[in-house]
Amino acid sequence: MRYITPRKAAMGLGSAHSGTADHWFLTVTSCALVLLVPAFMLVIANAIGLPHPELVAYFGRPYPALITALFIVVGMAHFIRGTRIMIDDYFQHTARKVAIIVSVVFSWAVIAAAIFALAKMTLVTVAI
Amino acid sequence: MADVNRGNRPLSPHMQVYRLPMAAVTSIMTRITGHALVAGILLLVWWLVAAVSGPRAFAAADWVVRSWIGFIVLTGSAWALWFHTLAGIRHLFYDAGQLLRIEEAERASWAIIIGSVVLTLLSLILFFFA
Repeated sequence: MRYITPRKAAMGLGSAHSGTADHWFLTVTSCALVLLVPAFMLVIANAIGLPHPELVAYFGRPYPALITALFIVVGMAHFIRGTRIMIDDYFQHTARKVAIIVSVVFSWAVIAAAIFALAKMTLVTVAI
Repeated sequence: MADVNRGNRPLSPHMQVYRLPMAAVTSIMTRITGHALVAGILLLVWWLVAAVSGPRAFAAADWVVRSWIGFIVLTGSAWALWFHTLAGIRHLFYDAGQLLRIEEAERASWAIIIGSVVLTLLSLILFFFA
């Protein structure tokens, strides 16, 4: 008789070897995005059409800045896992590795650019 | 030649003649909309970075955002975002063991398609008239 629980026997099996971590991450971020999507769309709808100084001041305010930052960080983290599923389905070998690297690097570049822009607009607004 | 029964053997669905169920169509659309959103997010992040890069950079990005190209990209992104959001909510129901019967999945598919179009039109009306 083996002294091992069914859970222990099942752990690490499956093609990903890491259980349901990616699925759970997509579930948690999707719940956050259900709230962030309408909020972000409202923020952007209010921003489009503003003259340059007003636009900078608008994104320097806490609510538009935080909603935009949260949407882009959570959204791109969700995007990395989502593209990973598509890449695993359609690409093999080296092409798969390259596609995963491109997806992750691209997503973090988008996050960095957005945070930089928001931080600078906030600082400019405070300086005024 | 062997006497082969060619008449009533079961056939596997052939992709060129097989009509996809609505649940399959909306499932594929979920993947397509999720990836297509890259266009909208690139446009908006370019616009935000341009706003802190100087007046000329902002003028260029703002012109694109407010042009008909920007209108098509952003309206398309709004629809893709609503579609992907509704389909994602359906995935939360699937995970809870709901909406898995064929008729329910079919009805939920139509709800996602119609709901995403209605929400996009409402977004446009709010944007232009509110």
